[in-house]
Amino acid sequence: MRKRNWPLWSGLLLVLLSFVSYLFLFSRWPVTRDVPWVNYLLFAVAAALIVGGVRRAQRKVVPAIVAVFGFGLIAFFLFVVLVASKNVPASADAPKVGQKAPQFTLLDTNRKPVALSQLVVAAPKGVLLIFYRGYW
Amino acid sequence: MKSLGVTPVAISVDSPEESRDLMGKAHYTFTFLSDPNTETIKRYGILHKGEGMHGRDIARPAEFLLDRSGTVRWVNLTEDIRVRARPEQVIDAAKTLR
Repeated sequence: MRKRNWPLWSGLLLVLLSFVSYLFLFSRWPVTRDVPWVNYLLFAVAAALIVGGVRRAQRKVVPAIVAVFGFGLIAFFLFVVLVASKNVPASADAPKVGQKAPQFTLLDTNRKPVALSQLVVAAPKGVLLIFYRGYW
Repeated sequence: MKSLGVTPVAISVDSPEESRDLMGKAHYTFTFLSDPNTETIKRYGILHKGEGMHGRDIARPAEFLLDRSGTVRWVNLTEDIRVRARPEQVIDAAKTLR
């Protein structure tokens, strides 16, 4: 009877776990989000397991597919974290410290228009404008 | 934020209805404003062209702390969309407001 290739399959499982855990868990806290070191560690262990699994396999077709998929997912993660998410345009025209913030009037979630001038006057000390990408 | 006397206001291209859904799901209670045609986002110089769904223009993440005269007192323009202002940074900046 053929023995199950546990390093290969646990390596694959760990790659998937690491990928999903960043999205749903580690991206929540700045310490594990800004530099995703937990995921780097998990990926390193997973890669070692997959390499070990490929080595010990007699027939290499399935292990090769697992390895391509596993390393592909790791490469994709690295690309998103190290390249894609740093693709932010320069913001030379953004208001700087000491400048007046540009006025605006926008609709709130009750479709009521809200002006910056109102917000600023109503605030005890100040207003924090948080621009975010949105969920489209 | 409240104890620091700072009113947080979130702005994105999302419609008021989408923002309301988000507020409900995430239990946010502060003001969400909608800038669907990116007029204000452009005025703040933080447009990210074609980054949204179907090539829609959206805002790059950015935070501006204003005092009661509407003057900018602190800015955070991230170089990485995963990296946002940490609460401590905002609190430190807010403490300098009078």
